[in-house]
Amino acid sequence: MSPNVRVKTLKIDGKDVSAREDQTILSVARENDIFIPTLCQMDGLTSVGACRLCLVEIKGSAKLQAACVTEVQEGMEVVTDSERLHSYRKMLIELLFVARNHICSVCVSNGHCELQSLAQRLGITHIHFPFRYPKLAVDLSHDRFGMDNNRCIRCGRCVRVCDEIEGAHTWDLMGRGDASQIVCDLNQPWGSSETCTSCGKCVHVCPTGALFEKGKSSSEMSKRQEFLPYLTLMRGDHNE
Amino acid sequence: MRRLGYKPHALIEALHTVQETFGYIDEDALKYLSRALRIPLSQVYGVATFYHYFSMKPQGKHTCVVCMGTACYIKGTGQILNNLENAYSIKAGETTPDGGLSLLTARCLGACGIAPAVVLDGVVIGHADPAHFNARVEEKLKQ
Amino acid sequence: MTTDELQQISTIEQETQGQYQHHVCVCVAAGCLSSQADVVQESLAKEIERQGMGDKCHIKGVGCMGLCSRGPLVSVDPEGVLYQNVKPSDSAEIIESLGKEKVSRLECSTEIPFFQHQKKIVLENSGLIDPNRIEEYIAVGGYGSLVTCLTEMTPSEVIDEIIKSGLRGRGGAGYPTGLKWSMVAKSRPGHNGKYIVCNADEGDPGAFMDRSVLESDPHRIIEGMTIAAYAVGATNGYIYVRAEYPLAIKRLRNAIRQASRLGLLGNEICGTPHRFNIELRLGAGAFVCGEETALLASIEGKRGTPRPRPPFPAESGLWEAPTLINNVETFANIATVIRNGSSWFSAIGTEKSKGTKVFALAGRVENTGLIEVPMGITLREIIFEIGGGIPGGARFKAVQTGGPSGGCIPENFLDAPVDYESLNRLGSIMGSGGMIVMDETSNMVDVAKFFMDFSRSESCGKCTPCRVGTAVMYDLLARITDGEGREQDLSMLEELCDLVKNTSLCGLGQTAPNPVLSTLRYFREEYNHQLVSSE
Ligand SMILES: Cc1cc2nc3c(=O)[nH]c(=O)nc-3n(C[C@H](O)[C@H](O)[C@H](O)COP(=O)(O)O)c2cc1C
Ligand code: SF4
Ligand code: FES
Ligand code: FES
Repeated sequence: MSPNVRVKTLKIDGKDVSAREDQTILSVARENDIFIPTLCQMDGLTSVGACRLCLVEIKGSAKLQAACVTEVQEGMEVVTDSERLHSYRKMLIELLFVARNHICSVCVSNGHCELQSLAQRLGITHIHFPFRYPKLAVDLSHDRFGMDNNRCIRCGRCVRVCDEIEGAHTWDLMGRGDASQIVCDLNQPWGSSETCTSCGKCVHVCPTGALFEKGKSSSEMSKRQEFLPYLTLMRGDHNE
Repeated sequence: MRRLGYKPHALIEALHTVQETFGYIDEDALKYLSRALRIPLSQVYGVATFYHYFSMKPQGKHTCVVCMGTACYIKGTGQILNNLENAYSIKAGETTPDGGLSLLTARCLGACGIAPAVVLDGVVIGHADPAHFNARVEEKLKQ
Repeated sequence: MTTDELQQISTIEQETQGQYQHHVCVCVAAGCLSSQADVVQESLAKEIERQGMGDKCHIKGVGCMGLCSRGPLVSVDPEGVLYQNVKPSDSAEIIESLGKEKVSRLECSTEIPFFQHQKKIVLENSGLIDPNRIEEYIAVGGYGSLVTCLTEMTPSEVIDEIIKSGLRGRGGAGYPTGLKWSMVAKSRPGHNGKYIVCNADEGDPGAFMDRSVLESDPHRIIEGMTIAAYAVGATNGYIYVRAEYPLAIKRLRNAIRQASRLGLLGNEICGTPHRFNIELRLGAGAFVCGEETALLASIEGKRGTPRPRPPFPAESGLWEAPTLINNVETFANIATVIRNGSSWFSAIGTEKSKGTKVFALAGRVENTGLIEVPMGITLREIIFEIGGGIPGGARFKAVQTGGPSGGCIPENFLDAPVDYESLNRLGSIMGSGGMIVMDETSNMVDVAKFFMDFSRSESCGKCTPCRVGTAVMYDLLARITDGEGREQDLSMLEELCDLVKNTSLCGLGQTAPNPVLSTLRYFREEYNHQLVSSE
């Protein structure tokens, strides 16, 4: 820590911690091994505060704040987990599940999907909201990668990595509301993109199986069958 | 374009200009804007689709904009829209296959004082009567 | 421009108008225009020529007179008669009657509560002056406050005056305007200075107040913004106006041009070092762009998605420069507050809500149109006296304020005063001023569905709760109105309302559940009625 950076002290979950003045609550929490669930945030990319999973309670403020974009303040008292936060987080994950077709058992990312593992960590055993499941296109036109809109949680990580790190800005979001989707250039097949450098960064940052590497699907699916009972549960509920 | 100074923040202004001139925004226009303003293609597309005022498809010969603002809805534009949708077998936002009529909806025309309001080929019709509105559109189409 | 020069313009204008014995004003604002007020104006003008009254009678188009449902409206002075539902064929009769017996068959009495119970500040010139002529605005005292501020007051005195007036933002949230100004004034300017933004995106689908002010009295906004610019030290301003308002856009453009020509905008305004320019930016059909951070993104040419605050626009707004964002109606109050003084203003209204509020009264009510009332008036007075009650003897059921972010208020709360706090307590909000009256023919679940449909399609899609939550709530409401809803759907709705309200990123999501919450609170039996009885 360089001497001219000011240090702030605050409390997270009752524990006294110190932080640099420009740090977010999330990064301080992580340094102190306090877990806050996140999806849209990724170290190295701009934080946008979109998924709302990292919401925390701050003493003296009626509003919940997203830990990934809220900077620390002297004397702040943060609560990262409470019954209320836990139930909100579970519902948020559920909403992500009902918005698109996330049937993990047929997903290439089954087993290393951040959405799936968060759901498990938060103890989600069934989805009680009605499913929406629009039928969306899968783009397999790129020779190495594929894009399946049905798995996309619109965290925007791919858009940011492509713009901020690779500098290509091949991806962006189109439309709005729940109809918004990731688009490649002018909403054209990925394989026909003139801007894509095929670097594959978007595929690596994608938390789910929306962006994937071709040819890897079957092997990974067969490796992780222990998740199946859990997923069948989810699907079973849908047919109720 | 020159007037707008080729600055990236002129994108929305530029889209307005294109739409005003051609009635809609096609792919070539988007490509041109991307190059001229130096904005990535996907960003241009993202912006154009975010705003519902921009249309990517040509409009029909006649347009009918049904106001779906609260006051108009309370006074029956929902029914007017329904009737038209059924009569021409198109949904709001679509154009009949022969390109004769585009059916659109608006979020409040600001004419709530004369609700229910519909705009037929640019003319605001206040106090529209749900029961007889189809006939009025039919008449227009014959012209 | 100095006070004297301003005075001179005003005198010349008054003299010109004084030459005429008769003044005929035709409302050519949006409501009346849609019932062919422009044709009426033309035929009246022709009739004046035909009857050889050209040098005695002056005719002009003016802004909204308020009673839009009876348009086209024509007023005749000095007789002080208002004519309603005027048709081109009535022209001859009206002109012939000048100075004689009025045409009683067309008369609309101005003694009715609709006019009597109003208090006009923002709308003081609406329906009286020609919005296309800066001279008329100056003749009624316009731009006087600007000159006073620039030549006699320091920026901090201006801010103090606004703070003392107790004026609160009219865009919905009711944030104290003076406080906001002082925050912007304190912020260090960016390399491109500071900005003033006027929020004229008016997205509430039942509101047309801002449109009417812009169309009827555009110079008032320019004056308010220029005073604000002086107070906070800004040099550039934007008016973000909906593209759906072509007439307002045209009149604003014209007004900006006129003000620049007279040196009321541009460099060295009124011979002082203060400089300020205004540009228009057009919205493009996105309600969320009324939210301030989304609006800024939109001015920057991007997708109009909100971003987390802090930093607030007052510190870091347009291109990261400190930015003051106020609503049209807020700016419209400024010149009057300066002219009449903060204590005059703060004497109107209630303890915490000062001044007046403009409402667009619509729906199932006899007199629909634009009204301006002092804060603290009751809903009952607005609906049953000013509004003239429900047509056709039907029963009142609810009044909706605040549009998709507000709630429905039932009959037993009609005596609640209209102010920010009391409407909040009732589960609604002041909002920007849409007020829709519903009678027994309205199905409240359907109304909730209507607003949820709005919110889900206007959600920007950035954050999870609003993007998916509003869509799922809509699905549930549709299921109920389709007669397939079950008991547990209601509890699911309540769960989602709580979630979306508390976890959404911006005000759209945070307020989107209000129509559902308020109808569940006051009209739950209607929901129950439509559920499938669980066997
Ligand atoms: C979803 C949403 C829509 C809004 N729409 C408008 C609007 O149409 N007009 C407006 O003036 N303010 C609107 N606001 C409020 C603005 O964000 C902002 O608070 C206001 O312009 C500030 O001006 P004021 O302090 O003068 O009220 C909206 C806010 C939200 C969250
Ligand atoms: S609350 Fe809705 S409109 Fe606001 S950021 Fe979230 S998705 Fe966008
Ligand atoms: S991680 Fe903070 S909002 Fe998504
Ligand atoms: S538009 Fe003419 S009275 Fe309102």
